[in-house]
Amino acid sequence: MPEINATSTADIAFIMLIFFLITSTMDVDSGIMRRLPPPLDPTEQPEDINKRNLFEVRINAQDLLWVKGQYMTVAELKDATKVFISNKSDDPNMSDKKEVNIPMLGGIYMASRGIISLKNDRGTSYNMYVQVQNELARAITELRNELSKEHFGVNFSDLIDQEKIEAIQKAIPVAISEAEPENVERN
Amino acid sequence: MSKFISKEKKEVPALSTSSLPDIVFMILFFFMVTVTMRESTVLVKQGMPTASEAQKLEKKSLVSFIYIGSPLDAKLGTEARIQLNDQFATVASIPEFIASEREARDEVDRKQLTTSLKVDQNVKMGIVVDVKQELRQCNALKISYSSIKKKEGN
Repeated sequence: MPEINATSTADIAFIMLIFFLITSTMDVDSGIMRRLPPPLDPTEQPEDINKRNLFEVRINAQDLLWVKGQYMTVAELKDATKVFISNKSDDPNMSDKKEVNIPMLGGIYMASRGIISLKNDRGTSYNMYVQVQNELARAITELRNELSKEHFGVNFSDLIDQEKIEAIQKAIPVAISEAEPENVERN
Repeated sequence: MSKFISKEKKEVPALSTSSLPDIVFMILFFFMVTVTMRESTVLVKQGMPTASEAQKLEKKSLVSFIYIGSPLDAKLGTEARIQLNDQFATVASIPEFIASEREARDEVDRKQLTTSLKVDQNVKMGIVVDVKQELRQCNALKISYSSIKKKEGN
């Protein structure tokens, strides 16, 4: 029996290779993951939040940042958020604490009641909005890393044990509330 | 001296190409594994913002995309438009889009469906807010603000 000529397999493989190169994309999709609040129930009254627990972040149509009654740059936002949430000096103007029982962190943990309230104008640029979301996410990541280092010796992202991950998440939740959009349109 | 010089003329033997298909197949498999299929042609401008906290979208099959940006075709103006699948759409057609995306997935996976908002960085938030409100109404709560991961230099 004569051997089958295999010279053309290379050509066939090349054709397939080129097909894949054309139809596919290399880019990895990444993004800031967020959960939207469920649709509003009109009968439900909005929860009353103590003013000291509210970290108000406003972005106006000129992309200016207004945080707790003063202007701020994006670069300062992360540290301000961290100070507000952790409130190490027990400042009465900053977030209150509540006791949460987390066995993995050695029983009672003083978790922050702080809620970040983010509000933007319809004229805010998307880039600015993402930068602000990113800074807020960074603040939370850094706080989680600090807590995780203190208790488990590694960064939060390096934790493998699901129980430990949940303990940290419970101690420092992602508490970002986005207000109902305001229809203030200015040009 | 002539002892060492061979009299016959030596010819270069033909290069064996029998391993060429194997090499090409290897490259082919590499590409098949690493890449993802392009799902739709993007009709709007896509300049992604950068963010250091961006996380990789884990399950590609459980992500549906909403593109927002000004049209690439200059004839259509510069006003930001929404693109669903392969065509321009309005905010009002988002519930239908989400429903069809859910329909296409297994029942078990439907809750995990993430909507990735691929928005150009120059777009104003107004249109994004409208899209988000619409997504809330149809209970597609997991969203991702698509952005390029930036290495941070602490």
